[in-house]
Amino acid sequence: MADWFHILVFGYYPYFAATVFLAGSLIRFDREQYTWRSGSSQLLRRRQLMMGSVLFHVGILLLFLGHFVGLLTPKEVYHVFGLSSGTKQVLAVVAGGIFGLVCFVGLTMLLHRRLFDPRIRRTSSAMDIAILVLLWVQLVLGMATLPFSWSHREGGEIMVSLSLWAQKIVSFQADAALYAVDVHWVYKTHIFLGLTIFLIFPFSRLVHIWSAPVWYLGRRGYQVVRSRDGGRAT
Amino acid sequence: MKIRAQIGKVLNLDKCIGCHTCSVTCKNVWTSREGMEYAWFNNVETKPGVGYPKEWENQDTWNGGWVRKRNGRIAPKMGGKLRILAKIFANPDMPQIDDYYEPFTFDYEHLHNAPESRAPPTARPRSLISGKRMEKVKWGPNWEEILGGEFSKRSKDVNFENIEKDIYGQFENTFMMYLPRLCEHCLNPSCVAACPSGAIYKREEDGIVLIDQDKCRGWRMCVSGCPYKKIYYNWRSGKSEKCIFCYPRIEAGQPTVCSETCVGRIRYLGVLLYDADRIEAAASVEDPQDLYEAQLDIFLDPFDPAIIRQALKDGVPQSWIDAAQRSPVFRMAMDWKVAFPLHPEYRTLPMVWYVPPLSPIQSAAEVGALGSKGLIPDVSRLRIPLRYLANMLTAGDEAPVKLGLERMLAMRIFMRARHVDSYRETDVLDQVGLTEAAVEDMYQTMAIANYEDRFVIPTSHREYAEEAFDLRGECGFTFGNGCSGGSGKLDLFSHEVRVGPSAGGRSGKTTVGQ
Repeated sequence: MADWFHILVFGYYPYFAATVFLAGSLIRFDREQYTWRSGSSQLLRRRQLMMGSVLFHVGILLLFLGHFVGLLTPKEVYHVFGLSSGTKQVLAVVAGGIFGLVCFVGLTMLLHRRLFDPRIRRTSSAMDIAILVLLWVQLVLGMATLPFSWSHREGGEIMVSLSLWAQKIVSFQADAALYAVDVHWVYKTHIFLGLTIFLIFPFSRLVHIWSAPVWYLGRRGYQVVRSRDGGRAT
Repeated sequence: MKIRAQIGKVLNLDKCIGCHTCSVTCKNVWTSREGMEYAWFNNVETKPGVGYPKEWENQDTWNGGWVRKRNGRIAPKMGGKLRILAKIFANPDMPQIDDYYEPFTFDYEHLHNAPESRAPPTARPRSLISGKRMEKVKWGPNWEEILGGEFSKRSKDVNFENIEKDIYGQFENTFMMYLPRLCEHCLNPSCVAACPSGAIYKREEDGIVLIDQDKCRGWRMCVSGCPYKKIYYNWRSGKSEKCIFCYPRIEAGQPTVCSETCVGRIRYLGVLLYDADRIEAAASVEDPQDLYEAQLDIFLDPFDPAIIRQALKDGVPQSWIDAAQRSPVFRMAMDWKVAFPLHPEYRTLPMVWYVPPLSPIQSAAEVGALGSKGLIPDVSRLRIPLRYLANMLTAGDEAPVKLGLERMLAMRIFMRARHVDSYRETDVLDQVGLTEAAVEDMYQTMAIANYEDRFVIPTSHREYAEEAFDLRGECGFTFGNGCSGGSGKLDLFSHEVRVGPSAGGRSGKTTVGQ
């Protein structure tokens, strides 16, 4: 791969994607909140959704958590806890494999439902379908990296270099792209597609992730009353 | 004590003729758009029947409303906050569109385009969701109209609880009544409680329960939470919508569309004052049969000077107190006790109440063996079983419904005697504990039912809340999107998926949302 292209994708593209992701989300939240929803299609068809959606969401949330912690924790930190880079890589492969499988089953069910159930297909926007296909491809790519990671389980080199790349990206260091040069194209494609998903996030139903209603647990009592002046009474 | 006011409603089922004008006018105004074809903010059911959506009253299936826990506190029947959140990926307590009906249209164009044939062409049904041919429409709005369908299916109606229902399947014993239904605008709404986003709220000033269309994220827990199944998920916008009690009209002092257009003049709107601090306690009483009385207990007497003082202090405008004093709803529910809440056992403290229907006294009475209690016929021999009405209106307690029906009969007997025989039949009033003045008032309100007696609605005092001058030239009511310019052809933020026959046009900017 040409150097300039490599640097473009792994050095600049992450910032481009992150900017669109954050600014886009903000603008949409501000301007178009009426479009800000999960886009549930459960009303139209329960079948395949009950199982598929739960498996998909549980799987992908755990995968996201795994990526977040795994990529952004400096290796010195887990070394302190006596976790070698190799062990961590094995851990990542096993956990990623299990959650990936859970997510794969769920996502495949959802994708099949979206494409082949006439009610769901006809009421889907192009973006609804695109995002599901992208996630499916991304998941398959992610699963495809597992054998490579497994073969490097001794020293955990791949994870180390990829997490260094991620850490340098988020800490704005110019040489970040260098750390993603030597990995297999499957990883590279996975990263590129991952960044792309961030890029289109504000334009898709994925925005509902921002609104995960965890605050509900903190609501005092159950009732919500609004007073005339727009404030909240109790 | 914290006094609030609410516009309550009473529907006099004794006069409902089941014409569906309320449903149709409501739909024309509020829900004639894609995604909401199946949504009837107001619908009229023929009872006994499973209703709309199918078996909505069966909370063993849908888990709507509240339950009282062992510690005496109430929680949504579908679970506490944690359990509700656990259902967010897939909600097991939610009906599917087929439990309402798959919205459909007919291929009318075929009537114009069909080639010459021996048989006349027909317009066959087509799904408005999938666009596919529907070979057979299996369910629709008002499918059970006038006892349509088999009794074996209709008798799944849970109001038959503790009734030997089989005899009511026989033609000679059959009975029916109409039940128009809309959002109850409850004092203790379980839809509000179930909404993880906090998008549903009760308005402090008039008690109307609304869904903030901007804040709704489509987690669809409210659909399950509402035991009356009066929240509809808009499958196109991905937001839930519900009866808005025609708040723009109410604010202007006008009755709701369903009330305004009711040809039977069965609908009443009036202010009720209530003590907001006692809502939770009232909803938590142990015996479900006490819930009706508990709710009556938190309604306040608008003539009591102490109540008036406190109400003014709590921000209830004087005009609202005046309206409360003339409220037909207060008189029917509190003074005459002829109106009852729908399914108080859900513990939501509903605010749309019902006057139970009278029905013919069974044939035995007509051949001379008239079972009567003094002058008043024995209401337990009415064609509609008392128990059935009690299961619907008082959690099975027959006594209040019986008294209500007897009072209505007493009113008829008294007025008939006066008009036909020029005789003041006061004995009958003594039997049911009504004064002559009260029965005159009842007659005026319930039988004559003049417009100004049915609808006593104070205008809202927006002028205290906002500077109306600043609002000039603003967008007014929009489809939840305010004045946003974000409705261009590019549709960057996936505004709409047009799939139906109206695809292409950008019509239907209806006034929903806040």
